[in-house]
Amino acid sequence: MRIKIDWLALTLFIVLTLAGWLNIYAACYSDAHAQVFDFSMQQGKQIIWIGIAALVALVTAFLSPRIWSNLSYVIYGVGIVLLLIVLLLARTVNGGRSWIDLGPFKFQPSEFAKLATALAVAKYVGSLDFSIKKPKCWFIVGALIFVPAGLVLLQHDTGSALVFSAFLIPLFREGLSKRIPLLIALAVALFVLALVINKWLLLGIVLAIILGYLFIWLSRRSKKTYIKAAVFYACCCIFVMGVDFAYQHVLESHQRERIEVLLGKSTDLRGSGYNQNQAKIAIGSGGWKGKGPLHGTITKAHFVPEQETDFIFCTVGEEWGFIGCVLVVGLYVLMIVRLVTLAERQRSTYSRFYGYSVASILFIHFLVNVGMVLGIMPVIGIPLPFFSYGGSSLLAFTLLLFIFLRQDADRTQLI
Amino acid sequence: MADKYKDRQIYIKALIVLVGLVFVVRLGVLQIFETKKYQTIAEQQALRNITIYPARGLVYDRNGKLLVYNDVVYDLMVVPKAVKELDTADFCRSLGIEREEFEARMNNAKKWSPYSPSPFMKQISKNDYAKWQNVLYRFPGFFVQTRTLRLYPQPIAAHVLGYVGEVDENEMKKNEKLQMGDYVGKSGLEKTYEEVLCGKKGHKKVHVDVHGLETGSYRNGAFDTLPEAGQNLYSTIDADLQAYAEELMANKRGCVVAIEPSTGEVLALVSAPSYDPNLLVGRVRGENYMNLLRDISKPLYNRALQGQYPPGSIFKVAQAMIALDLGVITPNSGFTCDKSLVGCHNHPSARSVQEAIKMSCNPYFYQVYRRIIQQGRYKSIYKDSQYGLTVWRDYMLKFGFGRALDIDLPSVATGRIPDTGYYNKWYGKEKWAFSTIYSNSIGQGEVEVVPLQMANLACIVANRGYYYIPHLVRYYGEDSTRVEKYYERQETGVEKEYFDIAARGMYDVVHGAGGTGHRADVPGIAVCGKTGTAENYGNDHSVFISFAPMEDPKIAMAVYVENAQGGGGTWAAPISGLIIEKYLKGKVERESVEKMYKEINPCQKLPLTRRIKKPKKKR
Repeated sequence: MRIKIDWLALTLFIVLTLAGWLNIYAACYSDAHAQVFDFSMQQGKQIIWIGIAALVALVTAFLSPRIWSNLSYVIYGVGIVLLLIVLLLARTVNGGRSWIDLGPFKFQPSEFAKLATALAVAKYVGSLDFSIKKPKCWFIVGALIFVPAGLVLLQHDTGSALVFSAFLIPLFREGLSKRIPLLIALAVALFVLALVINKWLLLGIVLAIILGYLFIWLSRRSKKTYIKAAVFYACCCIFVMGVDFAYQHVLESHQRERIEVLLGKSTDLRGSGYNQNQAKIAIGSGGWKGKGPLHGTITKAHFVPEQETDFIFCTVGEEWGFIGCVLVVGLYVLMIVRLVTLAERQRSTYSRFYGYSVASILFIHFLVNVGMVLGIMPVIGIPLPFFSYGGSSLLAFTLLLFIFLRQDADRTQLI
Repeated sequence: MADKYKDRQIYIKALIVLVGLVFVVRLGVLQIFETKKYQTIAEQQALRNITIYPARGLVYDRNGKLLVYNDVVYDLMVVPKAVKELDTADFCRSLGIEREEFEARMNNAKKWSPYSPSPFMKQISKNDYAKWQNVLYRFPGFFVQTRTLRLYPQPIAAHVLGYVGEVDENEMKKNEKLQMGDYVGKSGLEKTYEEVLCGKKGHKKVHVDVHGLETGSYRNGAFDTLPEAGQNLYSTIDADLQAYAEELMANKRGCVVAIEPSTGEVLALVSAPSYDPNLLVGRVRGENYMNLLRDISKPLYNRALQGQYPPGSIFKVAQAMIALDLGVITPNSGFTCDKSLVGCHNHPSARSVQEAIKMSCNPYFYQVYRRIIQQGRYKSIYKDSQYGLTVWRDYMLKFGFGRALDIDLPSVATGRIPDTGYYNKWYGKEKWAFSTIYSNSIGQGEVEVVPLQMANLACIVANRGYYYIPHLVRYYGEDSTRVEKYYERQETGVEKEYFDIAARGMYDVVHGAGGTGHRADVPGIAVCGKTGTAENYGNDHSVFISFAPMEDPKIAMAVYVENAQGGGGTWAAPISGLIIEKYLKGKVERESVEKMYKEINPCQKLPLTRRIKKPKKKR
């Protein structure tokens, strides 16, 4: 039996993983630890992880995709249990409690929770029980997503929790009302604006827009429209007022600081603004062509904390310059768009939904990670897929990807 | 049924591509438009420019004895922004400083620049460095830079050698190569020959990590340069003679300038009181400098170059030469010692220039000067005096008076040979004549002379009419570079035969009956000299110019002892004799004389007559 794995996606996976390793090596490199196979250093450990990931990819490629489909809910269950265990037992790393210690290697269940959730939601949406018209179905979908997301949030791993918003994209594809993404976009915009400008001024602007819409844009107005507009405006008011409260009382202080730094309200370059500022210096100083591999001065001096993990993109920026960065961004865009295309050619809803989930999870990681490094998003610690140092995330992404690629290879067979 | 929403993939793909484009634009802003800014910051924080200071050139005396050499010290540097999580108490304890001091030093460093290294504590000794080396790793942001310090094997010639100090803002403005924290010559040879001695700084670029620790060279040292050591100076000073002259002048105020007449090379240049040049080195420099500055006896003041004194009777030698050259007197002119004109001591009237010099007859030189100033060219004595003064002054300038001799030391005084403008300003035009200014004849009045110029006069007589500009450096560097101006013969324009008369007169001063400078006599050496007793507000200054031997002189000298309560013959002459003996014989055989003049302090009372108690301190 020949398994026809999509060669483009496979190539992109290999290129990104190897490019990632090169940059991890650069980030960890020092004259004292220049050896590639120094397994006490991250560059050495990552080689082992890449080896394991390759094995996982190979095994996954040979396993029948039915296994995943059949075991979806079981995997989901295991994922939830692991999240609970970690919440109860695990030690605290970087302010979050998200690791399970397994001897020499640590294991991060939230990475697998994404996979489990993707499988379970795909299974449910693909099942005959699901109908976009039944609110109950949406409720179940919501529950499937929010339970792991909530558990991850309880571990103070905001970044990973945020990744669960990726499921909006496949849901949107399957027929979720357009209003929901629009509302979310609106909410984000209002949130940012509420922090940046005076809230009364903001409410005035919103009112002006609504009134303008009602009386200039709409030609026919019924009583119902007015009521709708009034309710909408009332919601906006409550939201804006709520933001202020939430900002002060719900968000944690470090999160508040990160947002303030991003919005330019605070410039504490030694404290909360330090990381992003150093990232900007590293990337900005790269210029057109970069300083060349292993010649990044900021990278070498370890000015950017977490540079081999969440801030790995800095290394690309400093050592490979604008050209290298655009190339990497291009590769990710190509990879994600390719996955969307592959998802579209699936015959089953299950496969399509799962494919979209994979693409979306990668997309959110890409968006948040690179956005953060470039200083256009607040600091939210999530890895750059395939690139960042870390076994759990590399294995999880590999598994996530290859389950889908194998499904894609089998797309002609109905499950 | 299922693909009712198939079109929605367009939105999703568009969103992905849009995000990619936003990132590209953002990258373009950071890496193309703002890259200069970030490159500068990156350079500042991830690379450290280390200056490698070159060893300053050494200074040798004329016999190859070392006068100045270098010692290694260490500067503790700090990069304020790199200081993280500093345990201040621990740090202060390790360095043995107070917290307030720490704050003050830190603030200074921050003011200079938060990102680049500046000195936190300067000139740590080797011992302290060895102690701290082991603890410094605990304090990121601090590192140590090697520097060199000046050291002096013998505590002599402070005024000649000068000292080095940190550059100030004016000096940095003048010379772009200088940076804050650099050391430059502040006085003496160190200042004049700064360019020769300083060498070239080396630069090294190294990577520093986030803790401020050096992690390796930048691009394998492609941008590094090695320092070039400064060039050595080979000075004209005779260290032994200098030390001996300083000993003789130790408890006196005044100065000694000894020159080799045939070359203009300064053999010894003493200004008393002096100080140990090692005092103005290292961390104690500031405090010592202030103490020296406040000292009432002005030890930092170089009397030999900056002091402007009435020359007294030594001036008569120059007056005689000018009058002879002008033809207003002849070598055998005689004038009676008429004390009604100007006071004098008791002696027979001089029948010749030679005798007049020997006896230092004041009325004689009153007459001589009158003939120079009032030559009878104009009917009006005022106009006549104006003309005479101008002619006289031109001669004096040729003798090196009234202008700064171009010695290779900074801040040399000019002295004063008054011109017509000077008197016009005082008395009004054509309102003064010889009778107003006659005091100049005997080296009093308005004339002022720098001791260096006095020594130069001795050289001129020793050479019988010419001199070389006195200087302190023979040559420098490996290729023995000479300063050309010091090898050009300077003529006075006066006939040699007249100077022979002056030399004979000066021989008689020391050796002849009725001479005023017998105490300068050295057995077996034909010492020539001329005494001077300069009146001033306090006790008279004692002056003596001399050269020896009379034929083919090897040394010419001026000795000036301030407020000595006695004439030139009493103090300056015997000191000159001792220095001449030391230089020409290599050692002084007249031990008792030597002992006496070393010990006595003429500023108090004459020796051997009575000893005065130290005055009580006034409250």
